[in-house]
Amino acid sequence: MSTKLTNNQIAWRAAQDIHDGAYVNLGIGFPEKVAQYQPPGREAIFHTENGILNFGEAPPAGQEDWDLINAGKRPVTLKPGASFFHHADSFAMVRGGHLDVAILGAYEVAENGDLANWSTGPKGIPAVGGAMDLVHGAKRVAVITDHVTKDGKPKLLKRCSLPLTGVGCVTRVYTSLAVVDIEGGRFVLKEKLPTLSLDELQAVTGAELLVDGPVADLIVPEL
Amino acid sequence: MDKSVADLATAVAGIEDGMTVMIGGFGGAGAPIELIHALIDRYRASGHPKDLTIVNNNAGNGHVGLAALIEAGMVRKLICSFPRSADPVVFTDLYLAGKIELELVPQGTLAERIRAGGAGIPAFYTPSSYGTDLAKGKPVAEFEGRSYVQERWLKADVALVKAETADTHGNLTFRAAARNFNPLMCMASKVAVVQASRIVPAGGIDPEIVVTPGIFVQKVVEVAHPQQEEDLNRANAVYPGAV
Repeated sequence: MSTKLTNNQIAWRAAQDIHDGAYVNLGIGFPEKVAQYQPPGREAIFHTENGILNFGEAPPAGQEDWDLINAGKRPVTLKPGASFFHHADSFAMVRGGHLDVAILGAYEVAENGDLANWSTGPKGIPAVGGAMDLVHGAKRVAVITDHVTKDGKPKLLKRCSLPLTGVGCVTRVYTSLAVVDIEGGRFVLKEKLPTLSLDELQAVTGAELLVDGPVADLIVPEL
Repeated sequence: MDKSVADLATAVAGIEDGMTVMIGGFGGAGAPIELIHALIDRYRASGHPKDLTIVNNNAGNGHVGLAALIEAGMVRKLICSFPRSADPVVFTDLYLAGKIELELVPQGTLAERIRAGGAGIPAFYTPSSYGTDLAKGKPVAEFEGRSYVQERWLKADVALVKAETADTHGNLTFRAAARNFNPLMCMASKVAVVQASRIVPAGGIDPEIVVTPGIFVQKVVEVAHPQQEEDLNRANAVYPGAV
């Protein structure tokens, strides 16, 4: 067993918590992988903020319709029961509490639920898109991320140091090492890789991991 | 009543220096490329309009459409949510050189500000951006134990919009996700100028499927086979290209 989950495996784990009939928004990039791992027999309806409910995977090359794209501006297809709507309705779905789950990437997550995922600082061109809207309104706001940065620094922190996307908005974090809930301003450990001790996990986490109840083994198929 | 105009030049004739112009589209989907290019043609022939404030979700891609408008030097300020793209070089260079102003707005806030502008609502409260750098200087209020940021309406002198079918009364339908900001921008502008793939007589669109009622639309012009920004960029097109 490897020492950390791949991005595909993190996405698989997050997909297992999406219930049948859920309305789901997946952030651009890595979170889009979650759609590939829907458990059989469950139907989730995916929302893209540029105005589609129930879109499906990319069309074959050469069959792109550039009026049919997702928020990442990549071509998609439609599933039966799809619908189109304008941007104000789309974000009414977001802020109005109509989405069941939003799954986003992160630069940093804090134990108080703060999320930083839109800006790495004042350099370059600032761009926010729908990130600041998506963190508000979905019944569950989950993050999928490597547990540490490329330099090995913790991404789960007491407080974020980068510009915030939202305050107190994240409810669950799926990482390459663990599943952590945010409850009452604390990180509560729910699952961890069985090959990893609690001390080893704590050593790469920038805030205290509370153990409150059983910690399950984080077991994910090879993907 | 007939809101149709004969050609693109007539459609963009009333746009003057310093105006605020909303341009529909999300990336290339729903971007009124032909109207934008007609506006560039006018600028190249007459030096006007310039110093425009443009409202769009993005900042253009490549060297066509909105990117070409910016590249032509017609834009003083851009109000958008995501000024990055596969090829954002035109906006990026001007921004880093301090030659174009940027007002960055969360995407949902941008949509709602435009909707509010069209609906006569001068301000509203949203949870988006609370506690972040983008809320700095804005009033905050608490409702039912949660904090919200006050945002203002956004209105425009003109909107450039792409629709699928228009009738002569200005009733519109859109195609797929090309709808995006287009219906909202029709509402929020004094003059909504629409390019449609087809213009039909009044009665030619089933009232049950009208997305934008004609009251929000002032001019329609037919562009039977509109270009797609993505196709143009894949062909490395540059507007207006070598003369």
